[in-house]
Amino acid sequence: MLQPPTLPTNYTVKHGHIKTSTGKTIRSEEMIVNMGPQHPSTHGVLRLEIVVDGEIIVDCIPHIGYLHRCFEKHCEHMTNYQQVIPYADRMDYCSAMTNEWAFALAAERLLKIEVPERVEYIRVIMAELQRIASHLIAVGTYGIDSGAFTPFLYTFIDREKILDLFEMTCGARLLYNYIWIGGLSHDLPPRFIDQAKEFVTYFRPRIKMLNDLLTYNEIFVKRTANVGVLPKEVAINYAVSGPQLRGSGVNWDLRRDDPYGVYHKLQWEPQIGKGEMGTVGDCWDRHIVRMREMEQSLNIIEQSLAVLPEGNVQAALPKRIRPEKDAEVYVRTEASRGELGYYIVSDGTASPFRVKARGPAFVNLSVLPEIARGSMIADLVLTAGSIDIVLGEVDR
Amino acid sequence: MGLLDQKFENSNVFVTSLDGLLNWARLSSLWQMQFGLACCAIEMMAASASNFDIMRFGVIPRATPRQVDVMFVAGTVTIKMASRIKRLYDQMSEPRYVISMGSCSNCGGPYWEHGYHVLKGVDRVIPVDVYIPGCPPRPEALLEGIMKLQEKVRAESMVKKRA
Amino acid sequence: MKKAMTPQEIQDILKTKFGDAIIEAKLDAPQPWIRIAPDKTKEICFFLRDTDTIQFDYLSCLSGMDYNNGTLGVVYHLASMVHRHKIVLKTQCTKETLHIQSVSAVWGTANWHEREAFDLYGIVFDEHPDLRRLLLPDDWEGHPLRKDYKVQEFYHGMKVPY
Repeated sequence: MLQPPTLPTNYTVKHGHIKTSTGKTIRSEEMIVNMGPQHPSTHGVLRLEIVVDGEIIVDCIPHIGYLHRCFEKHCEHMTNYQQVIPYADRMDYCSAMTNEWAFALAAERLLKIEVPERVEYIRVIMAELQRIASHLIAVGTYGIDSGAFTPFLYTFIDREKILDLFEMTCGARLLYNYIWIGGLSHDLPPRFIDQAKEFVTYFRPRIKMLNDLLTYNEIFVKRTANVGVLPKEVAINYAVSGPQLRGSGVNWDLRRDDPYGVYHKLQWEPQIGKGEMGTVGDCWDRHIVRMREMEQSLNIIEQSLAVLPEGNVQAALPKRIRPEKDAEVYVRTEASRGELGYYIVSDGTASPFRVKARGPAFVNLSVLPEIARGSMIADLVLTAGSIDIVLGEVDR
Repeated sequence: MGLLDQKFENSNVFVTSLDGLLNWARLSSLWQMQFGLACCAIEMMAASASNFDIMRFGVIPRATPRQVDVMFVAGTVTIKMASRIKRLYDQMSEPRYVISMGSCSNCGGPYWEHGYHVLKGVDRVIPVDVYIPGCPPRPEALLEGIMKLQEKVRAESMVKKRA
Repeated sequence: MKKAMTPQEIQDILKTKFGDAIIEAKLDAPQPWIRIAPDKTKEICFFLRDTDTIQFDYLSCLSGMDYNNGTLGVVYHLASMVHRHKIVLKTQCTKETLHIQSVSAVWGTANWHEREAFDLYGIVFDEHPDLRRLLLPDDWEGHPLRKDYKVQEFYHGMKVPY
């Protein structure tokens, strides 16, 4: 049975203890405060309806749907499975390569095609570069949430270098349409490998600098340790995934536990939160998991660049992609925010019959009411920021 | 003449019209509303970071609509959000401008055909001054959009009614 | 002890415990599925979650479906983090009898997934703590992901189609 989490910073609300000088007790009531869709700290158009008693949050009700862009309806009307890829990009727009890869993987499992090994390695390199870029946005904006503006500028400088690599390969900075079903749209340009190796050597010391700047800063630690604690059992029951789950101490990473691509051939470790600065599963743990994951991604990229094989970047695909009737598949991958899954059902025609995108941010956000109860409004800002939501993925 | 004649050789005075002065003041400090909807918001954030630096144009992000001059509608406007955008626009004080950034807020973008919840262009609820095409537009395109808005502001006049 | 079960074993255990509530199954598909009765989903899912040898503690995905023949349905993708096995459950209901029993008491994540299925398909989940629209505005007409959905012309004065 689920028990409500007992939070170390669970403030209890007292009533009837404030009296005027004439001895009359002041009446205190709850009120509803709206952190509306336009708010500098909600990372997108999220509306939080908070019931507060003074400064302490009694209940927090998220309202979503302000960015519902009808992805699933569009998929049903596309005349070709490849046409879904640009729409898939735009769901989690901070981490577009992982979205495309998950959909391409699902379609390839449906059609039972194998891709060349070069494609697998390039997909891994792109996904890990994208993971670093996405975590840089998360860390930078998390700094702004806690009041520090400088880390944002530093992380975006590093991110521009990654976007230069992407732009060199496929021409786009943010939404690529690069990973196609059966392969990739373009092969790597000639200077890519050298520039990627330069990036790896440039970025490694920057992680330590970011840690010194933000992670181990006394004010940041005081604001994030013991705040927003998510216990293990609650996390699994709410199907939380990604850095949020690993920050609660659960050793679960889909790249190792439900393998896809060539991750099983590379040496890397999933990073777990250990409660170093406070409790296991607090905001600081989720943050340090993201920082350490960036380092692991650098290891993966380095190893992949060293063993990148030659070959084709497109598998042999039929002219019209037409899976069998009533074939269906659910594929889950480890995107930057957690388990991104696509459930595709085919009816034998060239358009998908049903595509359901299971966005990690959607599921991770649903646990916010549980972990926000009993904290203060300022803590809520940091808790919501540590979940690292992207509203495109929440609302699809 | 007399007392003030030929005392200003070192060009520490300039003469202009009142219109020119006000317009120059307005266009050099267009404060923006810190509010991004979707993917274009990430490019807007990249534009305010160090590589592209929107602040050198005088554009500072402010959290409240009461203190801003320009609203960048960056990203897809959905029907649920449209009434809030109208309310935010009404809360801005004049002179106020709107820049529609990206395909989705120009005309519905890639969601124009089957998007039942997407508003096909933010100009269905609020008047727009500059449209920036792209999906998403590069930060340089956003900077060009701001410069176009500055041109528009430079051509305004207190006497003529604003369009 | 951690041991992955085969879909045949899971189906046998379910059939002995629940009998008629297990309607059909397709175990030779790449992702085997079992169809269960719409009014027994909560019991079956509690059993699947709490039995030590099965322990499906992770609900990966809950999707609404419109089968285009007058029936709607829900597809559950379950996984076990302990035993590392997976299964797919399906239920169906017609467009007249829109009721399926909710599993939000079993897994907390089902709460939002079922609200979304209600929003986009109109499936009513019995015993759901808070069944209201999630993604669309509260006064939206119709359920958009149904195959026979016609988009409305105007919503509060704004023109909806292009």
